[in-house]
Amino acid sequence: MSEPLLKVENLVQHFPISRSFTVKAVNGVSFEIYPGETYGLVGESGSGKTTIGRSIIRLYNPTGGKITFDGADITGKLDNSTRTLLRTEMQMIFQDPMASLNPRKKVADIIGEGLDIHHRVTGKKERDELIGNLLKKVGLSPEHAERYPHQFSGGQRQRVGIARALIMNPKLIIADECISALDVSIQAQVVNLMKDIQDETGCAYLFIAHDLSMVKYISDRIGVLHLGYMVESGTKEEIFSNPIHPYTKSLLSAIPHPNPGIEKNRTSITYDYASSGIDYAKGTEHAAEGTHKVLATDEEFAAWTR
Amino acid sequence: MQQNATILQIKNLDISFRTNAGSVHAIRGVNLDLQKGETVAIVGESGSGKSVTMKAAVGLLDSNATVNSGEILYTYTENDVEKTVDLLKLTKKELRTSYNGQRLAMVFQDPMTSLDPTMTIGKQIMEGMILHQHKSKEAARARALELLQLVGITDAEKRFNNYPHQLSGGMRQRVVIAIALSADPDILICDEPTTALDVTIQAKILELIKDIQKKMNLSVIYITHDLGVVAKVADYVNVMYAGRIIEVGNVEEIFYEPCHPYTWGLLSAMPDLDTDDDRLYSIPGSPPNLLHEPAGDAFAARNRYALKIDEKMAPPLFKISETHYAATWLLHPDAPKVEMPAELKARLMRARKEAGK
Ligand SMILES: Nc1ncnc2c1ncn2[C@@H]1O[C@H](COP(=O)(O)OP(=O)(O)OP(=O)(O)O)[C@@H](O)[C@H]1O
Ligand SMILES: Nc1ncnc2c1ncn2[C@@H]1O[C@H](COP(=O)(O)OP(=O)(O)OP(=O)(O)O)[C@@H](O)[C@H]1O
Ligand SMILES: [Mg+2]
Ligand SMILES: [Mg+2]
Repeated sequence: MSEPLLKVENLVQHFPISRSFTVKAVNGVSFEIYPGETYGLVGESGSGKTTIGRSIIRLYNPTGGKITFDGADITGKLDNSTRTLLRTEMQMIFQDPMASLNPRKKVADIIGEGLDIHHRVTGKKERDELIGNLLKKVGLSPEHAERYPHQFSGGQRQRVGIARALIMNPKLIIADECISALDVSIQAQVVNLMKDIQDETGCAYLFIAHDLSMVKYISDRIGVLHLGYMVESGTKEEIFSNPIHPYTKSLLSAIPHPNPGIEKNRTSITYDYASSGIDYAKGTEHAAEGTHKVLATDEEFAAWTR
Repeated sequence: MQQNATILQIKNLDISFRTNAGSVHAIRGVNLDLQKGETVAIVGESGSGKSVTMKAAVGLLDSNATVNSGEILYTYTENDVEKTVDLLKLTKKELRTSYNGQRLAMVFQDPMTSLDPTMTIGKQIMEGMILHQHKSKEAARARALELLQLVGITDAEKRFNNYPHQLSGGMRQRVVIAIALSADPDILICDEPTTALDVTIQAKILELIKDIQKKMNLSVIYITHDLGVVAKVADYVNVMYAGRIIEVGNVEEIFYEPCHPYTWGLLSAMPDLDTDDDRLYSIPGSPPNLLHEPAGDAFAARNRYALKIDEKMAPPLFKISETHYAATWLLHPDAPKVEMPAELKARLMRARKEAGK
């Protein structure tokens, strides 16, 4: 296999809130993303998915661990060339589009910002064309270029954020819940578009989502996150056909069925960490078959794989 | 639900927006009824007008909007007298002081737009209870903590003094839900309330709302693209396309016997875990740009079952049952007999069988 494009080793990210309370958002997470692949990161609300994305793109200073991107160490203080590498070859699509799009800028300027800063285009005509084409690709229209973010519907706004990330042709796109505000048909359109762009440019995705059916569809490999720990990881086949960790099992059992007859009466497998007797901090990485890994103590691993 | 009292009635709502590129005719004659205690879902493609329709009801349309026509009638009891008001005729101030956030509460799609970034979340939940319900500070604080726990925020005490940016996306969404519930409203409007939530917490929130609904006879409108959510909570479903409601029915009619080709497309595009195709089905083409309003049926250009007449005239709603209506010429007595795609039909049959219906 080739060298990984992104290597995250033992990432720790803590947020001190007060003297007695620190949010331990990420607690020693490791994974790798290879060029051209899609890595799906799933886990419940608050499990640390966005924080991992924001640490990788260096909106936070990691509390501990090491991040290597495209051969460069991007963990500590960044020099100019590493900063430029990061700003051009890595892009993030943010979860909360309203908060991440400048409300006073027209959409054309929001999408074109990267092009302007890094002098990627020669003239207005080329710029307008690039932006117009991309708007069409994400299912909007070139006429939308003149509007402001608040003049869009929620799903349209999310697509503006997608266009902004795609326009730079980066090597890695961190897509944080980038399709969750879209209806199924446009979701399919955007996911198909992301796949096409991947075929065309060979970019890799870190695809953060809670919708497992979509993650299953788009990802090559999947990492399951809980309380800032990576509890299970593997190829999507390994995770879906042979989930080992009880948290993964409960997650899979909770996927809703679009069928009112079933859904009105269904309950899912519950998983309560507090009463489970499991202590993530005591677990170590255990390898099941293939690339399939589980965080567990020896006893837990033996019990779960029996 | 014995008493069939209409609590909210939207009649012939028509709204356009002024933009640099011209006027966008976003809402083109929407009718919708909500009965007391009932749950109604609005589904439809991105940009079809779901949020704008409900924003009109709470008086929060953008300043470049014009309401061309329509009424939004809200019926409530005050001192044992039944009253009906047209929410569109109230001033913003009247809406804010006596309706919005009290009798009607809306959970917005983008949680950051409804939270104040400079105020702790605890204060934001308490604010309305102190102002409108005249609760004491202590009572409001206790209720706020309880609500935070109910929406699944652990360590509620510690989180009370967090600012919105210190929370995860899904936690923010739940804070907004807690604020809406703190008002004890008659009508709760949830715009994509669970998009940022994983399935377990989503289920918890939906069950919480169901629970409150039973106790308080609350009426709920869900705007969502998640058909799994719709299947779980809705009594009735409105399918919206390009500023109109194109099919409405009870939840089983929409999921098991859809009649509009757009609804067929929507149901076909649902990923199910048994699909192993390399590409997902998406309805071909894109929704019409309402800057240039189509002459006939807005869905015609993307509809492989379109008839000649679709290019000239938009279809009216045809009645299928007492509760089921669809706006497609295919239901006209003179139309050729067209069935839904075989694949979808097989899938819906399977779903029905699984559910034992
Ligand atoms: N800037 C910050 N300051 C303090 N705490 C933070 C900050 N950012 C995140 N956190 C905390 O870190 C934890 C993980 O948050 P994160 O946003 O990574 O979750 P998430 O997995 O993306 O969840 P969601 O699915 O709800 O978006 C949460 O408890 C959150 O409150
Ligand atoms: N202030 C505005 N100015 C111009 N157009 C607007 C404005 N607000 C909304 N629109 C347009 O009105 C249409 C309906 O928007 P609305 O927000 O109701 O869509 P929606 O059905 O809620 O979609 P989504 O699922 O993406 O949230 C969209 O085409 C949108 O671009
Ligand atoms: Mg997040
Ligand atoms: Mg909307």
